[in-house]
Amino acid sequence: MTPLLIAQLGLTLFVFVMLLNSAAVMVYVERKVAALLQQRLGPYLVGPKGLLQPIADVIKLMFKEELRPRAADPFLFALAPMISATAAFAAFAVVPFGADTTFFGLLDEPLRLQVADVNVAILVIFAIASMSVYGIVLAGWSSNSKYSLLGGLRSSAQMISYELSYGLALASVLVVANSLSLTDIVNRQAGTWFGFVPRWLVFLQPLGFLIYMTAGVAETNRAPFDFPEAEQELVAGYHTEYSSMSFAMFFLAEYINMVTVSAVATDLFLGGWHGPFLPLSLGWIWFLLKVGAILFFYVWMRWTLPRYRYDQLMSFGWKVLLPLSVVNLLVTAAGVLYFGG
Amino acid sequence: MTLFYLFGAIAVVASLLVIAQRNPMYSVLLLILSFGALSGLYVLLEAPFVAVIQIIVYAGAIMVLFLFVVMLLNEPKEDTEEARLRLVVAPGAAQMGAILAVALIGELGWALTRTGGQSGAFPAGAVTSVAAIGRLLFNDYSFPFEVTSILILVAMVGAVVLARRESRRSDGA
Repeated sequence: MTPLLIAQLGLTLFVFVMLLNSAAVMVYVERKVAALLQQRLGPYLVGPKGLLQPIADVIKLMFKEELRPRAADPFLFALAPMISATAAFAAFAVVPFGADTTFFGLLDEPLRLQVADVNVAILVIFAIASMSVYGIVLAGWSSNSKYSLLGGLRSSAQMISYELSYGLALASVLVVANSLSLTDIVNRQAGTWFGFVPRWLVFLQPLGFLIYMTAGVAETNRAPFDFPEAEQELVAGYHTEYSSMSFAMFFLAEYINMVTVSAVATDLFLGGWHGPFLPLSLGWIWFLLKVGAILFFYVWMRWTLPRYRYDQLMSFGWKVLLPLSVVNLLVTAAGVLYFGG
Repeated sequence: MTLFYLFGAIAVVASLLVIAQRNPMYSVLLLILSFGALSGLYVLLEAPFVAVIQIIVYAGAIMVLFLFVVMLLNEPKEDTEEARLRLVVAPGAAQMGAILAVALIGELGWALTRTGGQSGAFPAGAVTSVAAIGRLLFNDYSFPFEVTSILILVAMVGAVVLARRESRRSDGA
């Protein structure tokens, strides 16, 4: 057991625990920011300023009764939330969140702050995103209820429709950055132009960033694209028959997908862990700040914008976002060819 | 090597269970599992790009469509007693299937023992990196590439036409 191996295992555990914590923090942040935007207080009873509210929520969810409809397929009913949660965690495995670090000299060689250093990292994220559709489809079908089935079908149709624009936005980044590895793309964004404008890819690919964020929001079933979830208010959604920890796993998966989309957007477009005033070994602080900013935008969008209706959502995805992302890819490719890459 | 046996075992067992399952949903899920194992084998063969593309395209897109079809057709589970009796008694299909299965096993046996149980080494300059695959695809294999894309376009147009005609017929009727 070399120190490096121990450090790797510790890093894996750390990422896992931090993702769980981030889901809990997001629950609190969402409710507080929603309250701020709606000019009310939000949670303030449990703990100072309501900070222990997520713990109360978790305890409540754990002690609820675990229901299963009698006509539901037992194996698939139990499997679906596991698929959702596993895919959400697995996607973060290839996201780097800091520069190589030796933990202040404890290690002999630097440890990359990334659970798995794959050189096709972008494609792995895309692959796992396409696997997470199964969790929703199986949840909708195995609940054996009309509303669940329709909600699950709609939600998965939405996800696979927006996966196309998501992939094409990623492809335009690939064309500019010339590499599939996330670490390479982040390191390409070090330094500045003219001394003060950081070399972020968002300045070279503004439309790509917008397309990526829009498709990412639709992929995670959030903000203006959460009709399949809001069906719960109107009718019911794919997780209507779930309770207690299965329900918690679905919502955990949703928040962690949000965090992953934000983290990948930070790595691809906003320069990852590079930033002024801090040494590279503390770059993860910049990473956290940038991811936090994007997550704040997520929550802000949810409580500001009205919801798209399902047909508006699908027609937007296919008739507007997809052609736009194709045009973006063409223009990017032409630009790279013209300017010599 | 143990990883190879693990992935291989998963692929074989999952594929066998696909045809042995009564519930068609489980069959589709087991097929997805066997594709996952195949993807692992690709990684072991040092082709990470092909492995990920296998997951994205096959397990992530094509199998989702399979799943939709199986879900919406809503076939009931096969009743084993009836199904077994039917296979033995009904002529034609079962015998044909048995002949084809024997032919398949014979061919597999011949193909596997032909080279004496040794797998040949990969040719020098095997294409694994994404850039190399892209270069090959657009230079040497550009004609099959374009034909495949036209094929997919035809399939898409056909699907849209079929779907629309059915709805119009139900409106007019």
